[in-house]
Amino acid sequence: MTNKIVLGLVLGGVLGILDGLTAWFTPEVRKDLLGIVFGSTIKGIIAGILIGVFARKVNSLPLGIVFGLGVGALLAFLVAHFAQHGYYFEIMLPGAMVGLIVGYATQKYGASGQLQRT
Amino acid sequence: MKFLTDPVVARLQAEMRTPDLSGTRYRAVKFLGQGGMGVVWLAEDRVLERSVALKVLSAENSSADLAARLMQEAIVLARLEHPGIVPVHDAGTLPDGRTFYCMKHVEGQTLDRHIERLPLRQRLQLFQRVAEPLAFAHSRGVIHRDLKPRNIMVGLFGEVLIMDWGLAKVMSARDPSPAARQVSGQESTRAASCPPSLEALASEKSPTAHGAVLGTPGFMAPEQERGDISMIDQRTDVFALGAILQSMLEEQPGGRPARSLRAICAKAMSLEISLRYSSVEEMSADVGRYLDGMPVSAYRENLVERTVRLVSRNRVAVVLILAYLFMRLLFILFSRRG
Repeated sequence: MTNKIVLGLVLGGVLGILDGLTAWFTPEVRKDLLGIVFGSTIKGIIAGILIGVFARKVNSLPLGIVFGLGVGALLAFLVAHFAQHGYYFEIMLPGAMVGLIVGYATQKYGASGQLQRT
Repeated sequence: MKFLTDPVVARLQAEMRTPDLSGTRYRAVKFLGQGGMGVVWLAEDRVLERSVALKVLSAENSSADLAARLMQEAIVLARLEHPGIVPVHDAGTLPDGRTFYCMKHVEGQTLDRHIERLPLRQRLQLFQRVAEPLAFAHSRGVIHRDLKPRNIMVGLFGEVLIMDWGLAKVMSARDPSPAARQVSGQESTRAASCPPSLEALASEKSPTAHGAVLGTPGFMAPEQERGDISMIDQRTDVFALGAILQSMLEEQPGGRPARSLRAICAKAMSLEISLRYSSVEEMSADVGRYLDGMPVSAYRENLVERTVRLVSRNRVAVVLILAYLFMRLLFILFSRRG
């Protein structure tokens, strides 16, 4: 079974790519698509690793979901505030949603470090 | 000539049936039931002040052969120490010459009555717990041969106990399948004073002739129905377990069981012994896989069935991803309008 951190990293990365690619449907930012996809992927990977580490330490589905939601929203806020200078709703809602999905997935699936040691 | 009245005859019959427990530590309390070769009484152990069950040879069936069989049953049971196998406390001969053994008095219901209101999931979990003591017995070389819902008790706290090992067969460790013998032994006196090991039981000559049919119709494997003792091994019990699982599924409210469950029953109840599960553990693992939403070895599912199973197994994850995609779709639609 995949490690929770690896699962978070992969899932965060994949969802980050998909998240970034949806910018193509917004004509105003289409020219910056590559940068958006790159930034979104990095954001997803960082969120995935953080959520994966949390899932490894804390075995609780509700807490995992809340933590994922919080990390996703926070990172999305930082991106919206410092990189995009706006589009808070458009960036933060999907970002929080990706965090929620990764939070759920890392709690539900993936082998914890403690289990592997026994 | 004066005839006895019916109540008097009934009273005499009851007296005849009551075992003579004088001079023993037991006191008969209540008649619990009658089996193939003996009767079971609820009794009080006066030394330890507890209720016990006494299995005593019935007066009309007290031949030496049956006495030996009952004693061998007690010996086998005494060696199968497992929480799911009814423990034996004592064995011997009563003052009236009848052989008996004393076991734990199990309060509860038989499996068929217990499952009446249970949902499917709990039934399957219960089935897995039935398989545990049976797997243990098989690991000790003992085949039950009379598994049926009425021989499985579910206690007041949900504990599962397999009862009535009277037809059990001890397999030889050296030759696990063909050269096995039945528990129904001889030399009961020696057994009572100096019980032999299971290996020794297996190596003794079988008093039950090849061709003798022992078991319960509907739960008996074909080789058992034919009386083919040499073919009997743990897969004979697998057949009975399949029949038990089938009866548990048939009685469940809410329609036909899933195909994979029916396939598990069909595999366990294959007429050809080699096509059955090779062990009880293997069958129980397949039921466990069904409970976990995994594919079972007995059934090859098609693409649609696999998709449905995966979706139902990961329902929340699927809902979350769909919600995410729906949100993205809304964003795209609104951005186009804008």
